[in-house]
Amino acid sequence: MCGIVGLFIKNPALEKELGQHLSKMLVEMTERGPDSTGIAIYNDSASTGEIRITALSTAPEYSWEQFTQEVTETFGESSNVEMKSNHAVITLEGDPKKVQSWLHDNHPELYMTSSGTNITIFKEMGLPKDVIDRFGIEEMSGSHALGHTRMATESAVTTSASHPFSTGQDLCLVHNGSMSNHNRMRKKLQMYGVEFQTENDTEVAAGYLTWRLQEGDTLDEALTRGFEELDGFYTFAVGTHDGFAVVRDPIGAKPAILAETDDWVAMASEFRAIATLPGAESARVWEPEPERVYSWYRN
Amino acid sequence: MSEIDLDKSEVRDLNAALHATDGTNGEKTFKVLNPNGKHNIAVGIDGELDVTIEGHAGHYVGGMNKHAEITVTGNAGAGLAENIMSGLVRVKGNSSQYTGATGRGGLVVVEGDAAARCGISMKGVDIVVGGNVGHMCAFLGQSGNVVVCGDAGDAFGDSIFELNLFVQGEVKSLGTDCEEKEMDAEKLSILTDLLKRSGIEADPGNFRVYGPGRNLYNFKVDNAVL
Repeated sequence: MCGIVGLFIKNPALEKELGQHLSKMLVEMTERGPDSTGIAIYNDSASTGEIRITALSTAPEYSWEQFTQEVTETFGESSNVEMKSNHAVITLEGDPKKVQSWLHDNHPELYMTSSGTNITIFKEMGLPKDVIDRFGIEEMSGSHALGHTRMATESAVTTSASHPFSTGQDLCLVHNGSMSNHNRMRKKLQMYGVEFQTENDTEVAAGYLTWRLQEGDTLDEALTRGFEELDGFYTFAVGTHDGFAVVRDPIGAKPAILAETDDWVAMASEFRAIATLPGAESARVWEPEPERVYSWYRN
Repeated sequence: MSEIDLDKSEVRDLNAALHATDGTNGEKTFKVLNPNGKHNIAVGIDGELDVTIEGHAGHYVGGMNKHAEITVTGNAGAGLAENIMSGLVRVKGNSSQYTGATGRGGLVVVEGDAAARCGISMKGVDIVVGGNVGHMCAFLGQSGNVVVCGDAGDAFGDSIFELNLFVQGEVKSLGTDCEEKEMDAEKLSILTDLLKRSGIEADPGNFRVYGPGRNLYNFKVDNAVL
Protein backbone atom coordinates (compact mmCIF):
# COMPACT_ATOMS: atom_id res chain seq x y z
CA MET A 1 0.00 0.00 0.00
CA CYS A 2 1.17 3.51 -0.82
CA GLY A 3 -0.54 6.88 -1.08
CA ILE A 4 -0.25 9.03 -4.14
CA VAL A 5 -1.53 12.52 -4.83
CA GLY A 6 -1.33 14.95 -7.71
CA LEU A 7 -2.49 18.52 -8.19
CA PHE A 8 -2.63 20.37 -11.51
CA ILE A 9 -3.48 24.06 -11.26
CA LYS A 10 -5.80 25.52 -13.92
CA ASN A 11 -6.26 28.96 -12.37
CA PRO A 12 -2.83 30.72 -12.27
CA ALA A 13 -3.91 32.69 -9.19
CA LEU A 14 -3.67 29.45 -7.20
CA GLU A 15 -0.11 28.63 -8.27
CA LYS A 16 1.37 30.33 -5.21
CA GLU A 17 -0.67 27.97 -3.00
CA LEU A 18 0.39 24.75 -4.74
CA GLY A 19 2.78 23.59 -2.00
CA GLN A 20 0.30 24.37 0.74
CA HIS A 21 -2.49 22.33 -0.88
CA LEU A 22 -0.26 19.43 -1.87
CA SER A 23 1.05 19.25 1.70
CA LYS A 24 -2.46 18.88 3.13
CA MET A 25 -3.23 16.13 0.62
CA LEU A 26 -0.04 14.27 1.51
CA VAL A 27 -0.64 14.41 5.24
CA GLU A 28 -4.06 12.79 4.68
CA MET A 29 -2.23 9.88 3.01
CA THR A 30 0.05 9.24 6.01
CA GLU A 31 -1.58 5.92 6.95
CA ARG A 32 -1.10 4.61 3.44
CA GLY A 33 2.65 5.22 3.53
CA PRO A 34 4.52 6.08 6.72
CA ASP A 35 7.95 4.88 5.51
CA SER A 36 8.99 7.72 3.25
CA THR A 37 7.65 10.77 1.45
CA GLY A 38 8.46 12.44 -1.83
CA ILE A 39 7.30 15.49 -3.73
CA ALA A 40 7.81 16.65 -7.32
CA ILE A 41 7.04 20.32 -7.93
CA TYR A 42 6.91 21.94 -11.36
CA ASN A 43 7.72 25.63 -11.25
CA ASP A 44 8.65 27.89 -14.16
CA SER A 45 10.82 30.26 -12.13
CA ALA A 46 13.98 29.30 -14.03
CA SER A 47 14.88 31.75 -16.77
CA THR A 48 15.03 30.69 -20.41
CA GLY A 49 17.95 28.41 -21.12
CA GLU A 50 18.45 27.61 -17.46
CA ILE A 51 18.39 24.02 -16.26
CA ARG A 52 17.69 22.74 -12.78
CA ILE A 53 19.16 19.58 -11.30
CA THR A 54 18.45 18.27 -7.82
CA ALA A 55 20.86 15.93 -6.03
CA LEU A 56 20.84 14.50 -2.54
CA SER A 57 23.31 13.00 -0.11
CA THR A 58 22.27 10.79 2.79
CA ALA A 59 25.64 11.32 4.52
CA PRO A 60 24.93 13.54 7.55
CA GLU A 61 28.26 15.39 7.39
CA TYR A 62 28.37 15.86 3.62
CA SER A 63 30.52 18.80 2.61
CA TRP A 64 28.07 20.85 0.53
CA GLU A 65 30.33 23.90 0.74
CA GLN A 66 33.04 22.09 -1.15
CA PHE A 67 30.50 20.76 -3.61
CA THR A 68 29.14 24.27 -4.27
CA GLN A 69 32.66 25.55 -4.84
CA GLU A 70 33.31 22.77 -7.36
CA VAL A 71 30.06 23.58 -9.20
CA THR A 72 31.07 27.24 -9.44
CA GLU A 73 34.57 26.37 -10.62
CA THR A 74 33.27 23.97 -13.25
CA PHE A 75 30.16 25.74 -14.52
CA GLY A 76 30.97 29.38 -13.83
CA GLU A 77 29.69 32.19 -11.62
CA SER A 78 26.19 32.12 -13.10
CA SER A 79 25.60 28.68 -11.58
CA ASN A 80 23.84 28.50 -8.27
CA VAL A 81 23.42 25.83 -5.57
CA GLU A 82 20.52 26.23 -3.18
CA MET A 83 20.35 23.87 -0.23
CA LYS A 84 17.05 22.38 0.96
CA SER A 85 17.87 20.09 3.87
CA ASN A 86 20.10 17.38 2.35
CA HIS A 87 19.12 18.20 -1.25
CA ALA A 88 21.06 20.58 -3.47
CA VAL A 89 19.11 22.37 -6.20
CA ILE A 90 21.64 23.31 -8.86
CA THR A 91 20.62 25.91 -11.46
CA LEU A 92 22.84 26.89 -14.36
CA GLU A 93 22.87 27.49 -18.07
CA GLY A 94 24.10 24.53 -20.03
CA ASP A 95 23.44 21.06 -21.30
CA PRO A 96 21.78 18.88 -18.65
CA LYS A 97 23.54 15.78 -20.03
CA LYS A 98 26.95 17.40 -19.38
CA VAL A 99 26.01 18.26 -15.81
CA GLN A 100 24.69 14.75 -15.25
CA SER A 101 27.93 13.20 -16.56
CA TRP A 102 29.96 15.56 -14.39
CA LEU A 103 27.93 14.54 -11.34
CA HIS A 104 28.23 10.88 -12.27
CA ASP A 105 32.01 11.05 -12.74
CA ASN A 106 32.93 13.40 -9.90
CA HIS A 107 30.23 12.79 -7.32
CA PRO A 108 29.03 9.19 -7.59
CA GLU A 109 28.12 9.43 -3.89
CA LEU A 110 25.24 11.78 -4.78
CA TYR A 111 21.83 10.59 -5.95
CA MET A 112 20.20 12.75 -8.61
CA THR A 113 16.49 13.10 -7.91
CA SER A 114 15.52 15.23 -10.92
CA SER A 115 16.79 17.05 -13.97
CA GLY A 116 15.02 19.46 -16.30
CA THR A 117 13.90 23.04 -16.63
CA ASN A 118 10.96 23.24 -14.27
CA ILE A 119 10.96 20.07 -12.12
CA THR A 120 12.34 19.73 -8.58
CA ILE A 121 12.05 16.49 -6.58
CA PHE A 122 12.55 16.18 -2.84
CA LYS A 123 12.33 12.82 -1.10
CA GLU A 124 13.29 11.41 2.23
CA MET A 125 12.43 8.70 4.74
CA GLY A 126 9.90 9.73 7.34
CA LEU A 127 6.29 10.78 7.84
CA PRO A 128 4.76 13.25 5.36
CA LYS A 129 4.43 16.01 7.96
CA ASP A 130 8.11 15.80 8.94
CA VAL A 131 9.37 15.68 5.36
CA ILE A 132 7.10 18.59 4.34
CA ASP A 133 8.50 20.69 7.18
CA ARG A 134 12.11 19.74 6.44
CA PHE A 135 11.92 20.96 2.85
CA GLY A 136 9.50 23.84 3.37
CA ILE A 137 7.06 22.36 0.85
CA GLU A 138 4.13 24.46 2.09
CA GLU A 139 5.83 27.65 0.89
CA MET A 140 6.51 26.35 -2.62
CA SER A 141 4.62 27.56 -5.65
CA GLY A 142 4.20 26.03 -9.07
CA SER A 143 1.91 24.83 -11.83
CA HIS A 144 1.57 21.15 -10.93
CA ALA A 145 2.90 18.71 -8.38
CA LEU A 146 2.93 15.05 -7.42
CA GLY A 147 3.39 13.47 -4.03
CA HIS A 148 3.92 9.99 -2.66
CA THR A 149 3.76 8.35 0.75
CA ARG A 150 5.49 4.99 0.67
CA MET A 151 4.78 1.74 2.46
CA ALA A 152 7.67 -0.34 1.15
CA THR A 153 6.88 -3.77 -0.27
CA GLU A 154 9.23 -4.37 -3.17
CA SER A 155 12.56 -2.93 -2.06
CA ALA A 156 14.19 -1.51 1.05
CA VAL A 157 13.14 1.61 2.96
CA THR A 158 15.81 4.01 1.77
CA THR A 159 15.82 7.56 0.53
CA SER A 160 16.79 6.51 -2.99
CA ALA A 161 13.94 3.96 -3.18
CA SER A 162 11.43 6.69 -2.30
CA HIS A 163 9.18 8.11 -4.99
CA PRO A 164 8.82 10.15 -7.21
CA PHE A 165 11.18 8.60 -9.73
CA SER A 166 12.60 10.64 -12.56
CA THR A 167 14.60 9.12 -15.39
CA GLY A 168 14.27 11.80 -18.05
CA GLN A 169 14.13 15.56 -18.37
CA ASP A 170 11.19 16.99 -16.43
CA LEU A 171 9.50 13.57 -16.31
CA CYS A 172 8.50 11.90 -13.09
CA LEU A 173 6.22 9.18 -11.88
CA VAL A 174 4.64 8.10 -8.60
CA HIS A 175 3.25 4.60 -8.19
CA ASN A 176 0.92 2.64 -5.95
CA GLY A 177 1.34 -1.06 -6.61
CA SER A 178 4.08 -3.44 -7.68
CA MET A 179 5.52 -4.28 -11.08
CA SER A 180 6.02 -7.89 -12.18
CA ASN A 181 8.28 -7.65 -15.21
CA HIS A 182 10.61 -4.88 -14.09
CA ASN A 183 13.85 -6.89 -14.16
CA ARG A 184 13.50 -7.94 -17.78
CA MET A 185 12.18 -4.50 -18.76
CA ARG A 186 15.12 -2.80 -17.02
CA LYS A 187 17.58 -4.87 -19.09
CA LYS A 188 15.70 -4.04 -22.27
CA LEU A 189 15.64 -0.33 -21.48
CA GLN A 190 19.34 -0.31 -20.57
CA MET A 191 20.02 -1.63 -24.07
CA TYR A 192 18.18 1.41 -25.39
CA GLY A 193 20.39 3.68 -23.27
CA VAL A 194 18.05 4.44 -20.36
CA GLU A 195 20.05 4.78 -17.14
CA PHE A 196 18.84 3.61 -13.73
CA GLN A 197 20.08 4.55 -10.29
CA THR A 198 18.28 1.92 -8.17
CA GLU A 199 16.86 -1.63 -8.24
CA ASN A 200 13.36 -0.29 -7.66
CA ASP A 201 10.44 -1.46 -9.83
CA THR A 202 8.87 1.99 -10.15
CA GLU A 203 12.05 3.48 -11.59
CA VAL A 204 11.65 0.99 -14.46
CA ALA A 205 8.16 2.32 -15.21
CA ALA A 206 9.56 5.87 -15.26
CA GLY A 207 12.38 4.65 -17.50
CA TYR A 208 9.88 3.03 -19.84
CA LEU A 209 8.06 6.35 -20.30
CA THR A 210 11.35 8.18 -20.84
CA TRP A 211 12.25 5.71 -23.59
CA ARG A 212 8.87 5.95 -25.30
CA LEU A 213 8.90 9.76 -25.20
CA GLN A 214 12.40 9.71 -26.71
CA GLU A 215 11.03 7.47 -29.46
CA GLY A 216 8.48 10.14 -30.30
CA ASP A 217 5.39 8.93 -28.46
CA THR A 218 3.18 11.51 -26.80
CA LEU A 219 2.63 10.93 -23.08
CA ASP A 220 -0.83 9.49 -23.84
CA GLU A 221 0.62 7.13 -26.44
CA ALA A 222 3.40 6.01 -24.11
CA LEU A 223 0.96 5.25 -21.31
CA THR A 224 -1.41 3.41 -23.67
CA ARG A 225 1.48 1.26 -24.93
CA GLY A 226 2.41 0.67 -21.30
CA PHE A 227 -0.85 -1.22 -20.74
CA GLU A 228 0.59 -3.93 -23.00
CA GLU A 229 4.22 -3.81 -21.88
CA LEU A 230 4.23 -2.95 -18.19
CA ASP A 231 3.00 -5.94 -16.19
CA GLY A 232 1.87 -5.56 -12.62
CA PHE A 233 -0.49 -3.71 -10.35
CA TYR A 234 -0.35 0.01 -10.68
CA THR A 235 -1.97 3.34 -10.34
CA PHE A 236 0.46 5.89 -11.79
CA ALA A 237 0.41 9.65 -11.60
CA VAL A 238 2.83 11.14 -14.10
CA GLY A 239 4.20 14.65 -14.48
CA THR A 240 5.94 16.16 -17.50
CA HIS A 241 7.17 19.67 -18.28
CA ASP A 242 3.63 20.78 -19.13
CA GLY A 243 1.43 17.75 -18.51
CA PHE A 244 -0.18 15.62 -15.84
CA ALA A 245 -1.59 12.12 -16.35
CA VAL A 246 -3.20 9.33 -14.34
CA VAL A 247 -3.60 5.66 -15.30
CA ARG A 248 -4.66 2.44 -13.62
CA ASP A 249 -3.69 -1.04 -14.84
CA PRO A 250 -6.37 -3.20 -16.53
CA ILE A 251 -7.21 -5.08 -13.30
CA GLY A 252 -7.67 -1.81 -11.46
CA ALA A 253 -7.03 -3.16 -7.97
CA LYS A 254 -5.17 -0.08 -6.74
CA PRO A 255 -7.43 2.81 -5.82
CA ALA A 256 -7.59 6.25 -7.42
CA ILE A 257 -9.97 9.18 -7.35
CA LEU A 258 -9.99 12.17 -9.67
CA ALA A 259 -11.67 15.51 -9.10
CA GLU A 260 -11.88 18.64 -11.21
CA THR A 261 -13.08 22.20 -10.74
CA ASP A 262 -12.54 25.34 -12.82
CA ASP A 263 -9.44 26.00 -10.69
CA TRP A 264 -7.69 22.61 -10.46
CA VAL A 265 -7.51 18.92 -11.27
CA ALA A 266 -6.62 16.64 -8.39
CA MET A 267 -5.80 12.97 -8.09
CA ALA A 268 -5.43 10.91 -4.92
CA SER A 269 -5.49 7.32 -3.72
CA GLU A 270 -8.47 8.24 -1.55
CA PHE A 271 -11.06 11.01 -1.60
CA ARG A 272 -10.16 12.25 1.88
CA ALA A 273 -6.97 13.80 0.42
CA ILE A 274 -9.03 15.70 -2.16
CA ALA A 275 -11.51 16.83 0.50
CA THR A 276 -8.82 19.17 1.86
CA LEU A 277 -8.84 21.31 -1.33
CA PRO A 278 -10.77 24.58 -1.69
CA GLY A 279 -13.99 23.93 -3.60
CA ALA A 280 -13.78 20.14 -3.18
CA GLU A 281 -17.39 19.98 -2.02
CA SER A 282 -18.62 21.12 -5.44
CA ALA A 283 -15.94 19.41 -7.57
CA ARG A 284 -16.77 16.81 -10.20
CA VAL A 285 -15.50 13.61 -8.58
CA TRP A 286 -15.02 10.28 -10.33
CA GLU A 287 -13.07 7.05 -10.18
CA PRO A 288 -10.75 6.67 -13.18
CA GLU A 289 -11.56 3.57 -15.20
CA PRO A 290 -8.92 0.87 -15.49
CA GLU A 291 -6.84 0.84 -18.71
CA ARG A 292 -7.71 4.40 -19.67
CA VAL A 293 -5.40 7.41 -19.85
CA TYR A 294 -6.52 10.64 -18.19
CA SER A 295 -4.32 13.63 -18.99
CA TRP A 296 -4.22 17.39 -18.76
CA TYR A 297 -1.82 19.84 -20.39
CA ARG A 298 -0.95 23.47 -19.78
CA ASN A 299 -1.83 25.83 -22.60
CA MET B 1 -32.58 13.17 15.80
CA SER B 2 -28.93 13.19 16.72
CA GLU B 3 -26.35 15.08 14.61
CA ILE B 4 -22.73 14.03 14.66
CA ASP B 5 -20.17 16.27 12.94
CA LEU B 6 -17.03 14.38 11.92
CA ASP B 7 -15.09 17.65 11.83
CA LYS B 8 -15.57 17.65 15.61
CA SER B 9 -15.96 13.97 16.53
CA GLU B 10 -13.91 10.88 15.71
CA VAL B 11 -15.40 8.08 13.59
CA ARG B 12 -14.80 5.78 16.54
CA ASP B 13 -17.07 7.95 18.71
CA LEU B 14 -19.74 8.01 16.01
CA ASN B 15 -19.74 4.23 15.74
CA ALA B 16 -19.83 3.85 19.53
CA ALA B 17 -22.95 6.05 19.59
CA LEU B 18 -24.54 3.97 16.82
CA HIS B 19 -23.78 0.75 18.69
CA ALA B 20 -25.17 2.07 21.97
CA THR B 21 -28.80 2.02 20.83
CA ASP B 22 -31.01 -0.61 19.21
CA GLY B 23 -33.44 1.94 17.79
CA THR B 24 -36.35 0.87 19.97
CA ASN B 25 -34.90 2.09 23.22
CA GLY B 26 -33.01 5.32 22.62
CA GLU B 27 -32.11 7.51 19.69
CA LYS B 28 -33.21 6.12 16.31
CA THR B 29 -32.31 8.77 13.74
CA PHE B 30 -28.78 10.01 13.11
CA LYS B 31 -27.31 12.53 10.73
CA VAL B 32 -23.57 12.46 10.04
CA LEU B 33 -21.99 15.70 8.82
CA ASN B 34 -18.62 16.32 7.11
CA PRO B 35 -17.69 12.71 6.33
CA ASN B 36 -15.05 14.02 3.85
CA GLY B 37 -14.04 10.56 2.69
CA LYS B 38 -13.32 9.18 6.16
CA HIS B 39 -13.28 5.39 6.45
CA ASN B 40 -15.44 2.95 8.44
CA ILE B 41 -18.39 5.30 8.93
CA ALA B 42 -21.48 3.62 10.40
CA VAL B 43 -20.02 0.11 10.47
CA GLY B 44 -21.28 -2.79 12.55
CA ILE B 45 -24.71 -1.34 13.39
CA ASP B 46 -27.01 -3.87 15.03
CA GLY B 47 -30.19 -1.84 15.54
CA GLU B 48 -33.13 -0.51 13.55
CA LEU B 49 -31.56 2.90 13.06
CA ASP B 50 -31.93 5.46 10.33
CA VAL B 51 -28.54 6.99 9.48
CA THR B 52 -27.93 9.67 6.85
CA ILE B 53 -24.37 10.58 5.88
CA GLU B 54 -24.30 14.02 4.28
CA GLY B 55 -21.48 14.00 1.72
CA HIS B 56 -18.82 11.63 0.41
CA ALA B 57 -17.87 8.64 2.56
CA GLY B 58 -14.62 6.66 2.44
CA HIS B 59 -13.97 2.94 2.51
CA TYR B 60 -16.25 0.35 4.15
CA VAL B 61 -19.18 2.66 4.91
CA GLY B 62 -22.13 0.67 6.25
CA GLY B 63 -20.03 -2.49 6.56
CA MET B 64 -21.49 -5.47 8.46
CA ASN B 65 -24.80 -3.64 8.72
CA LYS B 66 -27.70 -5.36 10.49
CA HIS B 67 -31.24 -3.92 10.51
CA ALA B 68 -30.29 -0.25 9.93
CA GLU B 69 -31.16 1.95 6.95
CA ILE B 70 -28.08 3.91 5.95
CA THR B 71 -28.02 6.60 3.24
CA VAL B 72 -24.92 8.29 1.81
CA THR B 73 -25.89 11.44 -0.08
CA GLY B 74 -22.58 11.61 -1.99
CA ASN B 75 -20.17 8.92 -3.23
CA ALA B 76 -18.83 5.94 -1.30
CA GLY B 77 -15.32 4.46 -1.33
CA ALA B 78 -14.20 0.85 -1.63
CA GLY B 79 -16.03 -1.90 0.25
CA LEU B 80 -19.40 -0.19 0.60
CA ALA B 81 -21.69 -2.34 2.82
CA GLU B 82 -19.10 -5.08 2.93
CA ASN B 83 -20.53 -8.23 4.56
CA ILE B 84 -23.94 -6.63 5.06
CA MET B 85 -26.26 -8.96 6.99
CA SER B 86 -29.64 -7.18 6.65
CA GLY B 87 -31.15 -3.71 6.38
CA LEU B 88 -30.56 -1.22 3.58
CA VAL B 89 -27.51 0.76 2.51
CA ARG B 90 -28.16 3.38 -0.17
CA VAL B 91 -25.66 5.61 -1.99
CA LYS B 92 -27.00 8.52 -4.00
CA GLY B 93 -23.78 8.93 -5.98
CA ASN B 94 -21.24 6.33 -7.17
CA SER B 95 -19.46 3.60 -5.27
CA SER B 96 -15.91 2.32 -5.65
CA GLN B 97 -14.77 -1.27 -6.00
CA TYR B 98 -16.14 -4.37 -4.23
CA THR B 99 -19.50 -2.89 -3.30
CA GLY B 100 -21.47 -5.32 -1.12
CA ALA B 101 -18.60 -7.83 -1.05
CA THR B 102 -19.46 -11.10 0.77
CA GLY B 103 -22.85 -9.64 1.75
CA ARG B 104 -25.17 -12.19 3.36
CA GLY B 105 -28.50 -10.37 3.28
CA GLY B 106 -30.20 -7.01 3.05
CA LEU B 107 -30.26 -4.60 0.14
CA VAL B 108 -27.54 -2.32 -1.26
CA VAL B 109 -28.66 0.44 -3.64
CA VAL B 110 -26.18 2.50 -5.65
CA GLU B 111 -28.09 5.15 -7.57
CA GLY B 112 -25.04 6.02 -9.72
CA ASP B 113 -22.32 3.66 -10.97
CA ALA B 114 -20.57 0.89 -9.04
CA ALA B 115 -16.94 0.20 -9.96
CA ALA B 116 -15.10 -3.12 -10.37
CA ARG B 117 -15.93 -6.32 -8.49
CA CYS B 118 -19.35 -5.18 -7.32
CA GLY B 119 -20.89 -8.03 -5.30
CA ILE B 120 -17.73 -10.14 -5.24
CA SER B 121 -18.28 -13.35 -3.28
CA MET B 122 -21.84 -12.29 -2.36
CA LYS B 123 -23.75 -14.80 -0.28
CA GLY B 124 -27.36 -13.64 -0.22
CA VAL B 125 -27.33 -9.86 -0.47
CA ASP B 126 -29.38 -8.05 -3.14
CA ILE B 127 -27.66 -5.21 -5.02
CA VAL B 128 -29.38 -2.68 -7.29
CA VAL B 129 -27.24 -0.30 -9.34
CA GLY B 130 -28.90 2.61 -11.14
CA GLY B 131 -25.98 3.10 -13.55
CA ASN B 132 -23.15 0.88 -14.78
CA VAL B 133 -21.00 -1.74 -13.05
CA GLY B 134 -17.29 -2.29 -13.70
CA HIS B 135 -15.52 -5.54 -14.52
CA MET B 136 -15.88 -8.84 -12.61
CA CYS B 137 -19.28 -7.98 -11.13
CA ALA B 138 -20.56 -10.77 -8.82
CA PHE B 139 -17.33 -12.78 -9.18
CA LEU B 140 -17.58 -16.02 -7.18
CA GLY B 141 -21.03 -15.07 -5.89
CA GLN B 142 -22.99 -17.85 -4.22
CA SER B 143 -26.51 -16.49 -3.81
CA GLY B 144 -28.51 -13.27 -4.05
CA ASN B 145 -29.48 -10.95 -6.90
CA VAL B 146 -27.81 -8.10 -8.78
CA VAL B 147 -29.79 -5.58 -10.84
CA VAL B 148 -27.81 -3.36 -13.23
CA CYS B 149 -29.89 -0.63 -14.86
CA GLY B 150 -26.99 0.49 -17.09
CA ASP B 151 -24.17 -1.54 -18.68
CA ALA B 152 -21.96 -4.27 -17.22
CA GLY B 153 -18.18 -4.48 -17.70
CA ASP B 154 -15.93 -7.39 -18.64
CA ALA B 155 -16.22 -10.88 -17.13
CA PHE B 156 -19.71 -10.27 -15.81
CA GLY B 157 -20.80 -13.03 -13.41
CA ASP B 158 -17.52 -14.93 -13.53
CA SER B 159 -17.63 -18.26 -11.62
CA ILE B 160 -20.99 -17.68 -9.96
CA PHE B 161 -22.99 -20.39 -8.22
CA GLU B 162 -26.67 -19.49 -7.61
CA LEU B 163 -27.31 -15.87 -8.56
CA ASN B 164 -29.69 -13.93 -10.75
CA LEU B 165 -27.98 -11.10 -12.61
CA PHE B 166 -30.42 -8.67 -14.26
CA VAL B 167 -29.07 -6.19 -16.83
CA GLN B 168 -30.93 -3.51 -18.77
CA GLY B 169 -28.01 -2.28 -20.90
CA GLU B 170 -25.08 -3.97 -22.64
CA VAL B 171 -22.81 -6.64 -21.18
CA LYS B 172 -19.23 -6.17 -22.37
CA SER B 173 -18.39 -9.84 -21.83
CA LEU B 174 -19.61 -12.75 -19.74
CA GLY B 175 -17.31 -14.49 -17.26
CA THR B 176 -16.67 -18.21 -16.96
CA ASP B 177 -19.84 -20.30 -16.64
CA CYS B 178 -22.19 -17.31 -16.77
CA GLU B 179 -24.95 -17.54 -19.35
CA GLU B 180 -28.19 -15.87 -20.32
CA LYS B 181 -31.32 -17.46 -18.80
CA GLU B 182 -34.98 -17.31 -19.58
CA MET B 183 -36.82 -14.50 -17.75
CA ASP B 184 -39.52 -16.68 -16.18
CA ALA B 185 -42.30 -15.45 -13.89
CA GLU B 186 -40.30 -16.10 -10.73
CA LYS B 187 -37.28 -14.11 -11.93
CA LEU B 188 -39.48 -11.30 -13.23
CA SER B 189 -41.13 -11.12 -9.85
CA ILE B 190 -37.75 -10.89 -8.07
CA LEU B 191 -36.66 -8.10 -10.44
CA THR B 192 -39.92 -6.16 -10.12
CA ASP B 193 -39.76 -6.35 -6.34
CA LEU B 194 -36.11 -5.21 -6.20
CA LEU B 195 -36.71 -2.26 -8.52
CA LYS B 196 -39.67 -1.22 -6.42
CA ARG B 197 -37.77 -1.51 -3.14
CA SER B 198 -34.77 0.36 -4.55
CA GLY B 199 -36.90 3.26 -5.75
CA ILE B 200 -35.09 3.25 -9.10
CA GLU B 201 -37.49 3.67 -11.99
CA ALA B 202 -37.01 1.15 -14.79
CA ASP B 203 -39.25 -1.13 -16.80
CA PRO B 204 -38.63 -4.77 -15.79
CA GLY B 205 -39.60 -5.76 -19.33
CA ASN B 206 -36.37 -4.18 -20.66
CA PHE B 207 -34.04 -6.43 -18.67
CA ARG B 208 -32.29 -9.66 -19.54
CA VAL B 209 -31.25 -12.17 -16.89
CA TYR B 210 -28.02 -14.14 -16.51
CA GLY B 211 -27.15 -17.00 -14.20
CA PRO B 212 -24.79 -19.92 -13.65
CA GLY B 213 -24.29 -22.66 -16.22
CA ARG B 214 -23.67 -24.92 -13.19
CA ASN B 215 -20.57 -26.43 -14.75
CA LEU B 216 -18.32 -25.52 -11.85
CA TYR B 217 -19.80 -27.72 -9.15
CA ASN B 218 -17.76 -30.75 -10.09
CA PHE B 219 -14.10 -31.14 -10.86
CA LYS B 220 -13.44 -31.99 -14.49
CA VAL B 221 -10.27 -33.90 -15.07
CA ASP B 222 -10.08 -32.48 -18.57
CA ASN B 223 -9.42 -29.06 -17.06
CA ALA B 224 -6.46 -30.25 -15.01
CA VAL B 225 -2.96 -29.40 -16.17
CA LEU B 226 -1.09 -32.69 -15.90
